[in-house]
Amino acid sequence: MSLTGSDLRNLVLAALALGICALLPLSGSGYWLGLGVTIAMFTALATSWALFSGPTHYISLATAAFFGVGTYVTGLGIDSLPYWGLIGIAGAIGAVLAALVGLATLRLSGVYFVIFTLGLAELVRQVITWVQNNSGQKGLYVLTDLDEAGIYWWLLGLVTAVFVTGWLIGRSRLGFALRIIGDDETVAAHSGINTARAKVLLFMVPGAVAAMTGAILAPRYVYIEPSLAFAPILSFQVVIMALLGGASRLWGPLVGVIPFTFLLEAVSANFPNQSTLVIGVAFLIIVYFLPNGFVGLLDRALTRTGHRREA
Amino acid sequence: MDILITGILLGGTYALIAIGLNLQYGVARIMNLANGEILVAGGYLAFIAYVSLQLSPLLTIFLVAPLAFALNWLIYRVMLQPLVNRAKTRGQLETDSILATFGMSFIGVGLMLGFFGGDYFSYSFMAVPLQLLGSTYGANRVIAFCMAVLICGALYLWLNRSRAGLSIRAIATAPASARLVGIDVKRLSALAFALGGAVTAVGGALISTYLTLDASTGVVFTLKALIIVIMGGVGDVRGTIVAALLLGIVETAVASLLDPGLTLAAAYILFLGILLFRPQGLFGKTTT
Repeated sequence: MSLTGSDLRNLVLAALALGICALLPLSGSGYWLGLGVTIAMFTALATSWALFSGPTHYISLATAAFFGVGTYVTGLGIDSLPYWGLIGIAGAIGAVLAALVGLATLRLSGVYFVIFTLGLAELVRQVITWVQNNSGQKGLYVLTDLDEAGIYWWLLGLVTAVFVTGWLIGRSRLGFALRIIGDDETVAAHSGINTARAKVLLFMVPGAVAAMTGAILAPRYVYIEPSLAFAPILSFQVVIMALLGGASRLWGPLVGVIPFTFLLEAVSANFPNQSTLVIGVAFLIIVYFLPNGFVGLLDRALTRTGHRREA
Repeated sequence: MDILITGILLGGTYALIAIGLNLQYGVARIMNLANGEILVAGGYLAFIAYVSLQLSPLLTIFLVAPLAFALNWLIYRVMLQPLVNRAKTRGQLETDSILATFGMSFIGVGLMLGFFGGDYFSYSFMAVPLQLLGSTYGANRVIAFCMAVLICGALYLWLNRSRAGLSIRAIATAPASARLVGIDVKRLSALAFALGGAVTAVGGALISTYLTLDASTGVVFTLKALIIVIMGGVGDVRGTIVAALLLGIVETAVASLLDPGLTLAAAYILFLGILLFRPQGLFGKTTT
């Protein structure tokens, strides 16, 4: 685990970029801060999503389920526990839930996993609605003295944690095992890798991160109800952003999050009814024109210039 | 008893939709997640024909089926065939087709929202009570069930007795070997995909006679159809029918005994049971 010169340089650059991002609330513009919160939220979600789906090629649509669980943790516990404690609890619950989902589905082929996660948010929503109907309670109020800047800083901290985790996984035995699984699962199994265990362990990362993101963002909603907390569209947005950027690199999703956030913002401001259409078109563009995302485009451009230099 | 019959009536239509999806997934190898949107579109067509022309849904299906067949054939040829050609492994095709059909599903929802708005639509067709074994049921449900049985039966016979059906079953079993014995895999895959879409759309037209639909309900039906296909086993018509009836009964039982809001949870419990104990499907054999 020794750091090379380029590692150190990247680390310093990343820390600098983080420092600049942390200054955003000082600009005093509510609009930009709002956008910053959205971008930080999707960066945390999409980057952690890609940590799992990049190497395994499994498409997880469970983000909204974990996110909703996280908001409910904050909603239920905000009166009795400190905010930071709730974020931790949400992370733990998210990880355990992800492990359960993973244990049920990841031992089998990828299709089962996609189908299971597709309805997961809806399933949890139905159960919570049912529990609420039976206990006669409708929604939850989350009242804190946390302002938008505070939420932003918390999210930024989470994003940092996600990047550090991703970097550490990439350097660990687990990361190495996952790259082999992604290239050829049969080879991985034959060289003694417990593929199911590695996949389940890795799936716990996006589970925990999505739940923590939900827990952090709960005060922003003020009033929480199931249809808001478990909006399934969130899962799809995360998939698009991560794949648009490229799931093969740690920083890939970030490249997709920023333009797509602006695009969705523009679309929902000008044509509020067309956002489903935009999401559909984005999926098709990814499949037919950008199978490796922006990162893939960049890689291809780099190899082309590299070849020219050699010639 | 009530629950059992209502469940079976519901399961009959589910079987139709799931067989449509099973043809698309089992033969054409496309995990079609836009299946539910085709269903809702079929329902819309039946709704429009009934409201503006007073055309009975039982007649509309003869219009719905060819339209859906043509549309799905085009979708397969234009959008999905390139993915099949490009895919190096089965897994890659699965990922690609899942993402592509998600895109189509969202575009379908977006278009239907644009044309018809987000309102629920329902109409009253044959909503007369019918006595059956001492209890009363809506005549529309019974008719939809009978139609579903007819169509399922016809499909079953066609798949098991005809030359084309034999070829299609061969592709479902071993696509690479099917080519070696002179089966035109590309043409028949497109045919199976289109046929699956047509069956699903007819299912949608039938279901719209007794269920309320709206532009974004498609995904719920996609999910249920997927669960049925996996429960019944990919490419297995008999298993699909049994699984669909089972899901219909369990859903009705949960809806009437616990809460109508928990139907998806019921489907999930069945799904989990299958995943944990019989991942090869109800009648599937363990592959070595």
